[in-house]
Parts: sequence; C-alpha cells; structure tokens
Amino acid sequence: MRSDRGQSAPLGLKIAAGCGLLFLHLPILLIFVYAFTTEEKSFVWPPPGLTLQWFAVTWNRPDVWEALSLSVRVAAISTAIALVLGTLCAAAVSQTRFFGREAISLLVILPIALPGIITGIALRSAFSLADIPFSFWTIVLGHATFCVVVVYNNAVARFRRTSGSMIEASMDLGADGFQTFRHVVLPNIATALLAGGMLAFALSFDEVIVTTFTAGQQQTVPIWMLEELIRPRQRPVTNVVAMVVVLVTLLPILFAYYLTRDGDQIAGSGK
Amino acid sequence: MTAAVSFKQVSRHFGSVRAVDAVDLDIVPGEFFAMLGPSGSGKTTCLRLIAGFEQPTAGSISIFGERAEGVPPYRRNVNTVFQDYALFPHLNVLDNVAYGLMVKGVGKAERLKAAEEALSLVRLPGYGARRPGQLSGGQRQRVALARALVNQPKVLLLDEPLGALDLKLRENMQEELKSLQKVLGITFVFVTHDQGEALSMADRVAVFNDGRIMQVGTPEDIYQRPKTRFVADFVGSSNVLPPDFVQRYAGQHRWGSLRPESIRVSTATSGDGVAARLVGTNYLGATTRLALDADGLRLHAMVPAGTALPAEGEAVMLTFNRDSLHLMDEPA
Repeated sequence: MRSDRGQSAPLGLKIAAGCGLLFLHLPILLIFVYAFTTEEKSFVWPPPGLTLQWFAVTWNRPDVWEALSLSVRVAAISTAIALVLGTLCAAAVSQTRFFGREAISLLVILPIALPGIITGIALRSAFSLADIPFSFWTIVLGHATFCVVVVYNNAVARFRRTSGSMIEASMDLGADGFQTFRHVVLPNIATALLAGGMLAFALSFDEVIVTTFTAGQQQTVPIWMLEELIRPRQRPVTNVVAMVVVLVTLLPILFAYYLTRDGDQIAGSGK
Repeated sequence: MTAAVSFKQVSRHFGSVRAVDAVDLDIVPGEFFAMLGPSGSGKTTCLRLIAGFEQPTAGSISIFGERAEGVPPYRRNVNTVFQDYALFPHLNVLDNVAYGLMVKGVGKAERLKAAEEALSLVRLPGYGARRPGQLSGGQRQRVALARALVNQPKVLLLDEPLGALDLKLRENMQEELKSLQKVLGITFVFVTHDQGEALSMADRVAVFNDGRIMQVGTPEDIYQRPKTRFVADFVGSSNVLPPDFVQRYAGQHRWGSLRPESIRVSTATSGDGVAARLVGTNYLGATTRLALDADGLRLHAMVPAGTALPAEGEAVMLTFNRDSLHLMDEPA
C-alpha cells in the first residue's frame, strides 16, 4: 500500500519518526564528540573540554596502524576473492540450467543467513581438523565466505536484467568467449560488481564474530577496539578510530547504493 | 552447385524432446528462404543450428560446403538478427554496428566508416551517436540488421525479426528486407510463424511441424498445392476435405484441400453444388469470411466485401471449380 503523494504526514507520526532516527543515530554522534574530549579515563557528559590532541596520539600509536593495515588488507583480498567467485557463481546460476541450480543458489547465500557465530565455529573446527594454523589467510577465508554472498547477490540481479541473447549476439558477431566477457559482459555488470565489492569491503572491515574465531594473535580494527574498551588507556583514541571506521565503511555503502539505484529496465531488451 | 546451407538427416534432441528430427534441407545461394511453422515446430532450433548456438545430436550440417558441426558461432561466416535485436545497451549505435569489425581487429577509422555505410544502407544515416535505448522498435531493428550486414556474412539469419513491430511498420520492413536482399545477393534465412510474411517475402518456404519439414517449395506450391493436411490448414487456413467428400466430387479417395476464396456461395436451393448452411460471418475489411456447415463438415469461404450475403442460419449452395480442389499426397 502506498500513501498519496504530496499529502503531508500527521504531526504525531513526524515526531515519532524523528525520535526513532535520533535514537538510532545520536549514539553515533556521541562517539564523534568523545573523540574531542579532554577526559581520557572515562566518558563524561558533557565533555570537560575539547581538544584535537587525540588525533595526533592516534597517529603515533603503532598498534592502531597495525590493526588498520591488517583490516584493509583482509578486506581488500577477501573482496577480490569474492568478486571472482561471486561473479562466476552468479554467471553459472543465471545463464545456464543444470541439476541442483537452486540448491547452489541457496548454499551460496547461506553464510549470510547463518549467525556469524556458527560460521565462525564451523571454520575454526575445520581449520583445526585440517591442521591449518591461524594466520592472515584464515581471516581472509572467513571473511570471503560472506563477501561472496554480497557480490553474488548483486551480480545475479544484474545478470537477470541482462538479456541472454546479447552474449549470443556478441559470439555471432565474431567475438570469442574472452572478447565477449571483456566487451559485453563486463561493461554491463561493472557497476553491480563495484557496488557488491564495496559492500563486501565494508562488511569485512567491521566484522567481529567470524574474525574472533579465525584470527590468531592478530587484531583487526574491530577486535582492537574491543580490547581497548577492556583496558582503558587513552580512551578517546578508540573514538578517533571509530570515526575513521564509520567513514571508511559508510562512504562505500552510500556509493554502492547510488550505483545500483537506477536502471530498472532490462539491459539489452529491444522492446 | 554447392548449397548455401545443407542439412543431412539433422536431429537436435533435448532429452526426450525431438526439437528437430531427421531434417534434410538444401538452401540455394542467394535465395530468400523462409522457415514457417507454429511455435515449437523446430524452425528456430534449425536457425540456431546454422548460427552455431546449437549442435546437432545427429546428422551433418554444411555451410557453403564446409562442415559446420563443432565450429563455434564466432568462426562461422553467418550472422543473425535476433528476435529481441540484442543490441548492446552500453555502446552507441555506431559502436554497436562496428562491433563485429572491432573484435576482428579492424582499425578504428575503417570500421567506423564501414559502420556508417551500413547505417546508410538501412536508412539510418547519422544515427550513430545515439544509444539503443533512444531508438524506436523499428529503428532498433534496422540497427540490428546493419550490425549483422556490416560483417558481409555469406548467410544472414533472421529470427522473427518483424514480430515486435506494428502492422504498418512490418509491411514496410517486409518490402525493404526483400529489396535489400536483392541488392546484396546474400542468402537470407528467415524464421516466422506468420504465413503471410513467409509467402510474400520468400523465394522458397519450408513448412515445419513437430521438428520435421512437412513441405518445401515456392510460396505458390505451398499455397496452391499443399502436400499434407497440416500444410493446407496452417498456410492460409485451407478447407481440408476428408476422402469420402473428395470421392464424391473428384472421383478419388484422397484427402483434398480447397481454398476459402475458391468457394462460391449462392442462395440457390437446387442445382449442382454442396448444400450447406451459413453459421457465421466475419467481416475482415476487404473480404468477408463465412463459416459454413455442409452436413457436419465445417467449411470456410472468403467472399469479396460488398457481396450480398444470406442471413445466418439460411441454406446456401456452394460451388467451386473442379480445378481448385487440390488432392493431397497424404494417404487417406
């Protein structure tokens, strides 16, 4: 059901919506404010004074840089893996018919539907069964499980909107498989892949649960933040990092949203 | 002479479905060949076998004497105009047309010039900078045609290319395709379920049903001298006459066909002819189609507009020339 356009909502509804939004987003703003507080042991409201010193302190803390660099590398590589596997899987599921197609589609989506803790435990026991020591690559593997889903979902939706005869037309005009992929398939799914990739990057960047099960002694940014909260030392540093994390994850998500928002018409359909 | 396309006992089965079943076919170079049949009759599968999108389950296909089995679509000198046109939405019209030359490695200036010429050929000069999404259905159709022709194929395949166009546009395109084919001298293979289209455009027509070719011949052959009941009924909805009926009028116990326009309807109550009763009339503009009941046998007659018509339910007398009653080969 859709309400009439141009008709204004009642005042009570407006206030309720405003309160809801505030409830959701005020805490995030508070985190930003605490990044500038002069009080370092505990969070006091209102902040006794404002300072920019925590930015400098954060800049000079090697553990922050280690965690950031690990998170970026993990997110980048799991996104790259997800882009390749997710696209291939989406192409197979949407362009061909084979036995068990629906089952595969479900199995690919499952990791994101399952609670992260299940995925985490499953991976952890699998790693120890196979005698794989925890390392950078075990984190990447863990993250790739749910990054693939995001890329797959985006790519499969785009493939469905891309006319299958376009690929045949390309072959018909003399392009082999690689040329068809390069000149026809890729340009048509590029924005979907970019959107999926950025979402996957953002998901990986702030993942906690699967990471706790698959990481050894290494700390990604979210894990590092959890540790910081337990051992209070230069507390506002956490808030500075939190601000960075919000920006790093929010911008790609916004951008991805804009990329996939348009284009409801079926690409390549002539009618 | 080598056939442009030759099928020898070609079959294409999908599981237990025999989409194409032991088809023999020879298409002459330079002819306009139509594959006519209802949906699911195997005509499109035949086209896809020529294009290389399908491989035969059995039999052999050759294109200008070269074996085609196992040759991928991109190595066949055959191009297709797709039913939904399948233009590339991310390229402009000129790049769409030049695509085939681009993947073959033709230089940019040369291929754009060739593409521009192809666009002129289909009467769309200067449309190169537009996107496919900005064109009308008829224009997209022409772009798809130009995109195929720019590669100078030996055989051009057209998969119901006029299906999505409205009637007026379709008639124009029929004439244009026909004259284009004459000018270029390329073999056109055309798939359609519209018998009028097949008859008006093709040099020869193959009528498909259930994966088999029922009859191949000139439009006149197909229309005037159908070999089977299916062809008689599908091409121009002829009256199919049972052997007993035919025996009474032609002296032979065989299936017969009688064109609706060959039947004359009069209100005379006695004399030679078939006594019948008028059960319905369909006004079609230039003609009127009459549904008649001749002692349980349902017949149709086509009379020119303006003819005085008996009322529905009235008794009429049907007459026809003995010559226009065609006897079919199909066993009685």
